[in-house]
Amino acid sequence: MKLSVVGISHHVAPVELRERVALPEADAAELARALGDAVCLSTCNRTEIYLSGDHEERALGSLERIAGEPLGGVAYRMHDEAAAVHLFRVAAGLDSLVPGESEILGQVRSAYEAVTPGPLLDHVFRQALSLGKRVRSETAIGESPASVPSAAAALASQVFGELDGRRVLLVGAGRIGELAAGSLAARGATISYVANRSPDAARELAHRFGGEPLAQDELASKLGEVDVVLASTSAPGLVLHAADVPARRRRPLFFIDIAVPRDVDPAVHELDGCYLYDIDDLEAVVSETLAGRRAEAARAERLVVEEATRFRAWQASLDVVPAIASLRARAEEIRAAELAKLGELPEDERRTLESVTAQILNKLLHLPTVRMKQAAMAAEGVAYADAVRHLFGLEDEKKR
Amino acid sequence: MVEVFFWPALVAYGEAAVAYASPRFTRLATWGVRIGWLAQTALLAVQAARAEGFPWTTWAGSLNLFVWLVVGAYLVWGCRPRYRLLGLAVMPVAVLMLVAAWLGGGTGAAERSDLGSVFLVLHVGLVLAAFAGFTLAAALAALYLVEERRLQRRAADILRLRLPSLVVLERVIGKTILVSLPLLTLGLVIGGVRLWQDGGGIDTLMAATILAWLVYGAFLVLRPAGRTAAHLVLLGFALVVLVRIVLAGTHS
Repeated sequence: MKLSVVGISHHVAPVELRERVALPEADAAELARALGDAVCLSTCNRTEIYLSGDHEERALGSLERIAGEPLGGVAYRMHDEAAAVHLFRVAAGLDSLVPGESEILGQVRSAYEAVTPGPLLDHVFRQALSLGKRVRSETAIGESPASVPSAAAALASQVFGELDGRRVLLVGAGRIGELAAGSLAARGATISYVANRSPDAARELAHRFGGEPLAQDELASKLGEVDVVLASTSAPGLVLHAADVPARRRRPLFFIDIAVPRDVDPAVHELDGCYLYDIDDLEAVVSETLAGRRAEAARAERLVVEEATRFRAWQASLDVVPAIASLRARAEEIRAAELAKLGELPEDERRTLESVTAQILNKLLHLPTVRMKQAAMAAEGVAYADAVRHLFGLEDEKKR
Repeated sequence: MVEVFFWPALVAYGEAAVAYASPRFTRLATWGVRIGWLAQTALLAVQAARAEGFPWTTWAGSLNLFVWLVVGAYLVWGCRPRYRLLGLAVMPVAVLMLVAAWLGGGTGAAERSDLGSVFLVLHVGLVLAAFAGFTLAAALAALYLVEERRLQRRAADILRLRLPSLVVLERVIGKTILVSLPLLTLGLVIGGVRLWQDGGGIDTLMAATILAWLVYGAFLVLRPAGRTAAHLVLLGFALVVLVRIVLAGTHS
């Protein structure tokens, strides 16, 4: 059985091409089914078809039809162990734009579950999914945030711990602010207020997060009620001044300013219990966590190598498994026939005989089975399997 | 017999102190703390069984008991993967103190004690337990100040080398003192009753202990927040250090 992968990814193809070839999950599954034994993985960063068998050209042709242009220059093809290792790295998040991103593992699972793959693809995908989980549990590759919005939320957690019940004031209704608010909400924070120059935008965003819209001149009055202030307006000057912050606070107040020019007075950071992170601070944190992810990626690569060795052993064992199965079946057939010749026996005697003969068979066949599997790992499996078939007269069964 | 438990305790604590240095070995470190603490518990049990009366009356003996209480308090409050750096602060100190206790002869079979009275056993035991709690609170307060400083400096590696959050540290410090102060209060009351019966006066160590009680009492009554709270806890701990180290041996 031959394993192949054909595809394009962010490493080789520009976004214009990737977006043309990106398929919705149902269409990707449909394409895989049309190609036979295949799994199609399609995300915003890659579209890949994993195949068992020799229909690689058809798969590439299908991608070219979807792209509307030849892909010879950008599409990659890999076979057998290289294809398996590629899938392992993809599932582990090592081939992603941001190393260690976790979404890809779910996408690999969805692609695999959307079709009914044959034994080869089934095995390699199960291995990849298990490796993806291992990488996330045994390394810290996905622990630190990899974007400014998620870093903002992680920093808030560094101050408050669990964000459940923490109240957020969102100033500005821009896209990046909305993403950061989403990250905070995902960690349990409540977006209590949304202030914006445009009342309609404030109302719409507040409605989306279940908060209350505010006029910009009401901002200062709400600072005493909230734990996190997230500012991302396009205002030309400061929106929040140090003088606006209530003086006596028993709990910390965390300011995230992702606006350029800045919205929050830098003097806020000097106030007791107040912490202010602007866009430069957040980017420095993200850059540091990405460096950490790259260090963890080296550990993840070692897990990929281990998994590749397992795949190689499994693939090699495929050469000898039929011979081992035939040998055991033949031995069992002989044992049953000889026992049948004994005719009627008392029940306890029959049971003893069956047990003893079964043990003899197992002991006799154990070593040849182990040796054949070892030989398979050393690329001599086929020769050994042929020898066993010849010595025990299993050729006829092979033909059958 | 006692060596059978002392060396495993020391080795396990040492293993934990080293393993806490790497995030990869946090689980191994936690097991080191658990196993070491169990071994030290057995050591103390053997010492108690062999002694007639309270077996930890010498400075070295009480240091041995103190280490057990500190590590016990750490096991209850802070022995979690997220508090790895707290372990890195507590366990090496525990190892050094246990070695000092061993060098001073505090981990061997105890001799006959002159603290035969139940009152005095309770007095010393409760005060030591409270001091162990205050030691842990001080380590947490130091961790709070480090984390607070990193947030103030906007340290870029703040999410790579993670400490517990400020609010969580504040909460655990408060709880530790809330548990420890009643122990100290009870220990002082028992000692006071004995002092009154014997008709003795207050010495410097007792005065410093009462001052520490006032500081921690003020912490619970005033409930300061942030850096002020951490500094107050460290001030109380400075008095504990004064009592345990500088004034050790001045009290009878």
